[in-house]
Amino acid sequence: MKIPYPVFLKRSQDAPKWMPFVTSVGAVLLAFIISGIVLAATGANPLKVYSYFFKASFGSWGAFSDVIVKATPLLLIGLGCSLAFKMRLWNIGAEGQFFVGAFLASAVVMVPLVNLETTPRWAIVSLMALLGMIGGSLYGFIPGFLKAKLNINEVIITLMLNYIAVLWNNYWIFGKWSEAGFQMTKTFPHSAWLPRLADYAKEIPAFSGMTAHAGILFGLIAAVIVYLIIYRSKWGYKITLIGDNPKAARYAGINIAANTILIFMVSGALAGLAGMTEVSGVVHRLQERISTSYGFSGVIVAWLAKLNPFAVILVSILFGALLVASREIQPSGISFLIQGITLFLIISSDVLLKYEIKWVRPAQETAQ
Amino acid sequence: MNWIEIFRSGISTGTVLLIAAIGETLTERSGIQNLGVEGMMLVGAMAGFKVAYQSGNVWLGLLAAIAAGGLLSLAHALVTIHFQADQTVSGLSLTFLGTGLALVLGDGLTGMTAPVIPSFTIPLLSQVPYLGPVAFANHNLLVYVGYLLVPLSWYYIHKTRPGLHLRAVGENPAAADTLGVNIYRTRYLYTFIGGCFAGLAGAAISVAIAPGWYSNLTVNGQGWIAVALVIFAHWNPWRVALGGYLFGVLRRFTLDLQGPRLLFGLANPFFFNTNLVFFLQMAPYILTIIALIWGSSAARKKRIGSPAALGVPYQRGERGL
Amino acid sequence: MRAISPIKDELMTFTEEPNAIPAVEMRDITLRFPGVLANDHVNFTLYPGEIHALLGENGAGKSTLMNVLTGLYKPQSGEIRIHGKKVSFNSPRDAIANGIGMVHQHFMLVENQTVTENILIGLDTPHFALNLKKFDHEISDLADQFGIHIDPTAKIWQLSVGEQQRVEILKILYRGANILIMDEPTAVLAPQEADELIETLKGMAAQGKSIAFISHKLNEVKQVADKLTVLRRGRVTAERMDLENFTRESLASLMVGREVIFNLQKCEQTAGREVLRLEDVSAVNNKNLPALRNVDLALHEGEILGIAGVAGNGQSELVEVITGLRECTGNVWLEGKNIANKPPAFSISHGLAHIPEDRIGVGSAPNLSLTSNIIMKRYDQKPVSQKWQLDYVAADSLADGLKTEYDIQAPNVQTQARKLSGGNLQKLILARELSSAPRLVVAMQPTRGLDVGAIESVQQLLLNQRAQGCAILLVSEDLDELLSLSDRIAVMYEGHVVGTICSGDFDINQIGLMMTGTIPQDLKSPSSVEDSSGSNENSSISAPSSRFDEVLDHVKSFEESSSPSEEADQSVTPPEEPSEEDLPPSEILPEEDPELNLSEKERVLRKVLGEKYQQGDVE
Repeated sequence: MKIPYPVFLKRSQDAPKWMPFVTSVGAVLLAFIISGIVLAATGANPLKVYSYFFKASFGSWGAFSDVIVKATPLLLIGLGCSLAFKMRLWNIGAEGQFFVGAFLASAVVMVPLVNLETTPRWAIVSLMALLGMIGGSLYGFIPGFLKAKLNINEVIITLMLNYIAVLWNNYWIFGKWSEAGFQMTKTFPHSAWLPRLADYAKEIPAFSGMTAHAGILFGLIAAVIVYLIIYRSKWGYKITLIGDNPKAARYAGINIAANTILIFMVSGALAGLAGMTEVSGVVHRLQERISTSYGFSGVIVAWLAKLNPFAVILVSILFGALLVASREIQPSGISFLIQGITLFLIISSDVLLKYEIKWVRPAQETAQ
Repeated sequence: MNWIEIFRSGISTGTVLLIAAIGETLTERSGIQNLGVEGMMLVGAMAGFKVAYQSGNVWLGLLAAIAAGGLLSLAHALVTIHFQADQTVSGLSLTFLGTGLALVLGDGLTGMTAPVIPSFTIPLLSQVPYLGPVAFANHNLLVYVGYLLVPLSWYYIHKTRPGLHLRAVGENPAAADTLGVNIYRTRYLYTFIGGCFAGLAGAAISVAIAPGWYSNLTVNGQGWIAVALVIFAHWNPWRVALGGYLFGVLRRFTLDLQGPRLLFGLANPFFFNTNLVFFLQMAPYILTIIALIWGSSAARKKRIGSPAALGVPYQRGERGL
Repeated sequence: MRAISPIKDELMTFTEEPNAIPAVEMRDITLRFPGVLANDHVNFTLYPGEIHALLGENGAGKSTLMNVLTGLYKPQSGEIRIHGKKVSFNSPRDAIANGIGMVHQHFMLVENQTVTENILIGLDTPHFALNLKKFDHEISDLADQFGIHIDPTAKIWQLSVGEQQRVEILKILYRGANILIMDEPTAVLAPQEADELIETLKGMAAQGKSIAFISHKLNEVKQVADKLTVLRRGRVTAERMDLENFTRESLASLMVGREVIFNLQKCEQTAGREVLRLEDVSAVNNKNLPALRNVDLALHEGEILGIAGVAGNGQSELVEVITGLRECTGNVWLEGKNIANKPPAFSISHGLAHIPEDRIGVGSAPNLSLTSNIIMKRYDQKPVSQKWQLDYVAADSLADGLKTEYDIQAPNVQTQARKLSGGNLQKLILARELSSAPRLVVAMQPTRGLDVGAIESVQQLLLNQRAQGCAILLVSEDLDELLSLSDRIAVMYEGHVVGTICSGDFDINQIGLMMTGTIPQDLKSPSSVEDSSGSNENSSISAPSSRFDEVLDHVKSFEESSSPSEEADQSVTPPEEPSEEDLPPSEILPEEDPELNLSEKERVLRKVLGEKYQQGDVE
């Protein structure tokens, strides 16, 4: 067997500005095509599946509202991942941070930390959001600390912490907070609900039945803040510098360990906030299945958006649609498959941005 | 509690980690880190079970699992070796891809039964007190294969010519390249071999140790634990074996803790409060974190590093101008 | 013998020995890298039993040409004949099969494998199982045959640089190579080790091996080579010349192709008050082995302290300790503040500038813009810093100003740092470091790998800083650079500062000796280490002007002897008359000429030291 060096990669000069956009869109389209082939191989009709996909997610305003509901946690987690990835920290632990955030937010109601009857709704919801963020950031502290102080692979740590967080939640919903033996807590009182569109159905009848909630506003505000951090702030400059060359950053007097921990905590806080919006805005209780792998999809969202906070908004809506549609589609792994292929294509296409590819044929080499 | 049984089934469980981790050790020794072990194991478990179920022949299933894991790993090899993509992200997407593929192709397999790898007892050796019943009695074939893998892979890495090349490629690819070792081919080869091992490890679950297909719960994080185990073991097959079996035993031990009413003469809290079982289930993951912390600080003390070129793409010619 | 005038682009050719079959014959080799014509119709011929020097500046294409010969690169055109047979190499393997081996400048060794294992990499035998014992013996025998001393069972990381080089040579010999390529082999060695290597090479040539010897050191080439080929910017400017025909000056003009006058403006000045003081500083390296041992140093305003030493004797660690990048014991005082074990940010805010050795890996963020690289150390200061924000407009205008001031060649300030050439990247780093009015500049290998023009401007920038009263710590492996820039030179060996010499007493022999760990007794004068005990008025630092002139003369004469001088360049036309060869620099300063004294003195020293060295002399 002889594998020669068939490609010659050369650092390209400036890739055109539109290239990242084109490669991202191309990767998504190609992922759908490849997944279609896999679907066809399993006997399904990919066109039917995809048209069903589209109808289920963008077919009506109601469907679109569902998409927004799914996009909300993806947006928050995607933003957190973007921040972490900007510093080349692989926070794969959004899932766990999400659960811990949801858990601490639920504690406001379940313990309860405040008098649910008398405290105004805005105060309860704010407290839940705050605790959600604290929960996520504390959980993010662990891998951040281990990475910063002991240089332990954060991917594995965050993944292990994901499993632990889910089990921790299970302990509470199966045990202490179980509602009559079911694997969930009691429904939260209305005063702990994030406002949602359906709440205003009286004033605007078109909103009736729409479940999109105020969490998306958190997401949009967070997008602006993350944008300001990355592209406008001194801190963002430091993050970018560390991400590009940690040795240079250290040489420039930047404290890498502190920033590693900090970034993990901020990233975790956003995931924790996502957990809070899910319990307070969607299911209104703590239960076992509050996440359909949001933590992992957020990774792909961030990567597909090329870590640009505003692109994260668009991509999370696209992936929200994917999640909505895949709820009702068999086999259930199809959305995973599309996500996996997309991510693969995205990182493969990065090579187009960084390098010009030339094929070298052996014949060419012995010219003359 | 039946200690013999705990150790016996611990070794059996540990074999899964052992096979996957030895494969990953070979891959990482060549300088490629493949975090997609979980995905490859799932695909292997699915393929192994599906083919065994459909053909009725477990050996065919095993082959299919090996091929499936190996093929999937080639995607990682292509992206990281030729395209020089970040190995962390690529490994992660491999996990997604593997999970997705396994779930889609494994649709409808849940609840089916397929033939399993035969178990047998080794005569004479199984008569050895303590050790015999633990290590040589009523194990499936893959457990015994695991015993052989450890010394063989160690010998291969340290005492053979291909092993010498493997280490050279992982430590200093430029040096190996100037001496005519084909870096790309070596890295493709060992990434592929690592994938084959991961596929086999997946099949070791679905057609041998815990037969059946339970969608992504089949592997349930063991791929990640295997990756952690490699770091903990400092890329040494003997330590992989030690860690893998220890893990298996502890895992089994924590499961068995729920059984007895009395534990060391005291009321067993896990018996009286079944919800505490969630903490027992956390044990492997917490142990992994502890093992990583311990392993990395031990490595720091003994100055054992990862293969020097681990995670660094090799490209000839960009330098040297 | 007839030498054709080496006017710039005209080729000097000289053919001989029509009967013998050359070991290597490369014809019309052309190799183009993206943006660079690395080899432009290059010819190179090497006969059996000869040492053939390949001379040229950095980037002239010497290494590229040899990498073509070893099969690492494929030329776009041209042919290679080995022992008269036309060959085409697809990989290093093919070259090895044809008996060609190369010792790279950066050793290609696997650190945690043994000598034997390293030698066996890539071979077809043993086929599967390794019987290391058997091969250990084989390699010992081979080493003995060529008079090389090495323990085949030692791991590479346990060996000294010189020993590692021997492993590289053995690696090639074991493959039965009869054509050896040595890529700047002496760059990493102390002068005495280098002599030992040269003896080994001569011995191998006597046994029939052909050796291509890449170098950019003129002295060394004269010492070792039989024949000479000179490359300049990818082209041959002299092919297979006999060395007798050349003076150093004519070689230099062939090599550089233009007038090179080291016209550095170094003013006389007295050193001021103390800026930096190291007290009993010790540190370990990345392998946790002692790298700095009880170092005491002092550095004053307006003074350049050169640090000499063979690579890996603690210089990097010294720099890292001062710049806060490495932990240490002892005290490091900068302007009266102890900066030992303080984070880098602390010393930066107290006026420390650092020009790192690794420009790409440490000194810059390759994928970020020029602006982002410029503001690396002042993003937290006005006007770039606006509360929590970073004012990118102010940053761009700052970068734009420095880009003009320091003549950084780049399209604009948004250009990514990785697109800059080596010289421009270094200017970018200097712009960043020097524009902040530092009190102390720590410069490590600031001119390595740069072309002549860039070297000169970098050195002048350092001298300007000195004139402004800045204290400068200059670490360099280029002795010429140290001798011409430094006010004092401290020599490091195995983590110790062996001694400090003031500019009046510079003596390349003594420095060379100290680089191998010897402390000459006559150096233990007030001008050595002890002067760091404090008094600013120490006369040896502020050399009296009369003596200083002498020093300048000395330095100048040394420069003239080792690099192209004015006389040679006044006549862009060549050194036709061989008589010029007999006009050595010794005429200018007969007693002091380093090269004349060098060979004899060092031969003696090497005998003494060589023995000591092998006993593992560690003080």
